Amino acid sequence: MEFKNNKPIFLQIAEHICDGILQGTYTEGERLPSVREYAAEVEVNANTIVRSYEWLSQKGIIFNKRGMGYFASQGAKETVRESLREAFFQETLPEFVGQMQKLGITVEEVEQAINTQS
Amino acid sequence: MVSIKNIKFGYRKHVTVLDEFSLDFSQSGIYGLLGKNGTGKSTLLYLMMGLLRPQKGEVTIDGISATLRRPEVLREMFLVPEEYDLPPISLSSYVKAIKPFYPRFSDELLGKCLANFDMEPNVNLGALSMGQKKKVYMSIALAANTRYLLMDEPTNGLDILSKSQFRKVVIEGMSEDKTIIISTHQVHDVELLLDHVCIIERNKVLLNEPLVEKDEPINLEELFIKTVENK
Repeated sequence: MEFKNNKPIFLQIAEHICDGILQGTYTEGERLPSVREYAAEVEVNANTIVRSYEWLSQKGIIFNKRGMGYFASQGAKETVRESLREAFFQETLPEFVGQMQKLGITVEEVEQAINTQS
Repeated sequence: MVSIKNIKFGYRKHVTVLDEFSLDFSQSGIYGLLGKNGTGKSTLLYLMMGLLRPQKGEVTIDGISATLRRPEVLREMFLVPEEYDLPPISLSSYVKAIKPFYPRFSDELLGKCLANFDMEPNVNLGALSMGQKKKVYMSIALAANTRYLLMDEPTNGLDILSKSQFRKVVIEGMSEDKTIIISTHQVHDVELLLDHVCIIERNKVLLNEPLVEKDEPINLEELFIKTVENK
């Protein structure tokens, strides 16, 4: 896994797991890899994975079954989608609009470009 | 806990490498021991193993002097030096010979580590390249399941893929009661593995603290340069 240097690693890993949930790599109710397994897979300290899993638990995306590990929650996909949509409007879009204004690109131009893409 | 108290050490009479030097490794976890070339990182590891003796002061492992080289201490210690030779015998004979010294030696973990390194379990130690020798010996070191594992520049001589395998091996071989001390100047190879970082410069510990990331990933190279320049 490639990491960016503008965001904590534990958060990048949590977001990567969110992507996995959204894309169906982990289905609702499915067990996630153990902390050790996942740490070895992405080659980071196990405590970093503990932080990622705790962060996801707090958001209700995964939950801990004592002694059995972490599982994707019921409704995890919807929760992830909601929070990513929120992030799109709060972070991605303002940056995008800022670029448009800076470059003098109109909404019509963008619309046209999107239409030719799809 | 490994405790180094006020030690003095030099290889030749008037050249001291360490003087009035103190340092504690008080917690379990993975430590990165960083320092410029020639600051005595390897020397420290040898002193901890009791392979070198301080001229003054004392190194203790869980309260017992390392110099005594007592069996109950040594069976909890394993050192992977930067360079070493292995006897030209099969891996299984080698393991059979050293196993009695390490009560918690795990064949299962050995198999796992070798598999992670893409190494055959039935190799002859005399027929290995430098990199392969490292992989086999590091696998043995982790499988020995000692409470303290010291590694001197473990990623030297490993190619990019092997470095990635090395990280996986260390993570899988780590457990909560272990302390792994990795001396290195290849900070990028290990920075995401570390629980603690310890930066030394001649006779001084410039930094010894847990690594906890806040708003950004920890950039160990930057931390190292800042620490060394602001001393």
